[in-house]
Amino acid sequence: MRKLRAALTPYALIFPGSVWLAIFFVVPTVVMLSLSLQSGNVSDGFVFTWNWQSYIDGLTNYHDQIVRSLVYGLAATLIQILIGFPVAYWIAFKGGRNKSFYLFLVLLPFLVSFVLRTISWQFLLSDNGMLLGPLKNIGLLPEDFRILATPYAVIGGLAYNFLPFMILPMYVALERIDPRVLEAAQDLYAGKVQTFVRVVLPLSLPGVFAGVLMTFVPASSDYVNASVLGGTKTTMIGNVIQNQYLVTQDYPTAAALSFTLMALLLVGIFSYAKALGTEDVLEVAAR
Amino acid sequence: MSALNRVFRGRGLQIYTWLVIAWLVVPIAVMILFGFNDTKGRYNTTFQGFTLKWYGKLFEIGDLTEALVNSLLIAVLTMLIAGVLGSLIGLALGRYRFRGSGAMNIVMFAAISCAEIVMGASLLSLFVTLAVPLGFWTIVISHVMFSISFVAITVRARVMTLDASLEEAARDLGAGTWTTFRLVTLPMIFPGVLAGSMLAFALSIDDFVITNFNAGGTVTFPLWIWGSTRVGIPPQVNVMGTLIFAAGLLIALGNVLIARRRR
Repeated sequence: MRKLRAALTPYALIFPGSVWLAIFFVVPTVVMLSLSLQSGNVSDGFVFTWNWQSYIDGLTNYHDQIVRSLVYGLAATLIQILIGFPVAYWIAFKGGRNKSFYLFLVLLPFLVSFVLRTISWQFLLSDNGMLLGPLKNIGLLPEDFRILATPYAVIGGLAYNFLPFMILPMYVALERIDPRVLEAAQDLYAGKVQTFVRVVLPLSLPGVFAGVLMTFVPASSDYVNASVLGGTKTTMIGNVIQNQYLVTQDYPTAAALSFTLMALLLVGIFSYAKALGTEDVLEVAAR
Repeated sequence: MSALNRVFRGRGLQIYTWLVIAWLVVPIAVMILFGFNDTKGRYNTTFQGFTLKWYGKLFEIGDLTEALVNSLLIAVLTMLIAGVLGSLIGLALGRYRFRGSGAMNIVMFAAISCAEIVMGASLLSLFVTLAVPLGFWTIVISHVMFSISFVAITVRARVMTLDASLEEAARDLGAGTWTTFRLVTLPMIFPGVLAGSMLAFALSIDDFVITNFNAGGTVTFPLWIWGSTRVGIPPQVNVMGTLIFAAGLLIALGNVLIARRRR
């Protein structure tokens, strides 16, 4: 009796939480798939009809936005690696006693609402705002110069908003490198550059991979940056999905598009994890 | 020249790091600054002198105050519900080996790495299909849903560092299951539970995307800001953002001080 109870304990513990996740996370995914294959409209209701047309319509009408989302997401991710790696490297190796303080500074933006941070950039970058206004007044920039409503603003906003998610896992990987390994490399007559390229860089890769995972997904599926910092020519797939769900209420097309986005990201994540060795990526990502 | 070069090489990365940190902090500084702006007109876009008046008029915009209250209520409820449910999962995963733990891990990993918009859209699909009226409680449901996994992971990490033999010792000394849990297990995992619950609070109060999909007519703080971007953000928003930022800062500093004293 006691043994049985002990065996059942973990199931009793996970029961309420897993029921919540099952009903409100797993089931909705299936419901969304079903909704994407229904036809009808809001006032008359929707019926399941194996209506693949939503997928065909969605992909033909919005393939520009899908491609743009992937390109913007990729660009933002690359920028984040380039900007973030030296920071993670410096904090991990030269941060000394103040490592946690520097990390705290890197995480500071998370204490301010995501929407508010993005609006703050909109304000800073506005056509005659704090940054561009003075430069235009002294004639350094032409009068019609703008950053808002260009792809640069959107990609910059994405890179800004998710940068800490890139720096953190890279820092974790770099911090774990045993200094003795670097000494060994130097003892074996590796120069500074060689030590970096052949020891530090390979050992930091799991962190970079985890960072890519944690930044590419939110960046490519975002619609806040494109709405606040972008214009009509920079709309991403997130904008379309949000608009279809909440404004047009064309649920089948909206569901088809977000299911397509999910499938693209899932395929991306899994082939990416497979190519790099799942263990490392998932392990660092879980931290 | 070579001396200059050396100084620069030694300091170069440090200067670079501080520049990136400055870039990260710029929008926060702007937000705080314009909460002190003595703006006359409707638009809070140019700095017109220092004032504290917006701190006095903080709650003058009724629906903004209501949105902030909604956000706080939802965050507290999320913290409590996800805190308990997530901690139980974390305890089970960290302490027991059982069939199904792999599936649990996969679902949690999926929930963490899933794009927010997909989670929001699929949950809305469920609510639309079942004709559930959207509002305060659908927001709470969605926030608990995406917070559980983060709490569970935080607690699991804490549980894994603990020694199970302490619980065995308690049982050997005649303590029942509940007594052991209350007097031994819970105090040991409590720092993890607290950290996880605070994470849930922070995730909830900042969430925009999933809330945007499942809010119906209910407005939270981020949703209110979003709704007023086109017409201009009043200084009260800056002040509220500043106060939330300050509160977060204080909690983080408190954490550091407590951790120092323990050591």
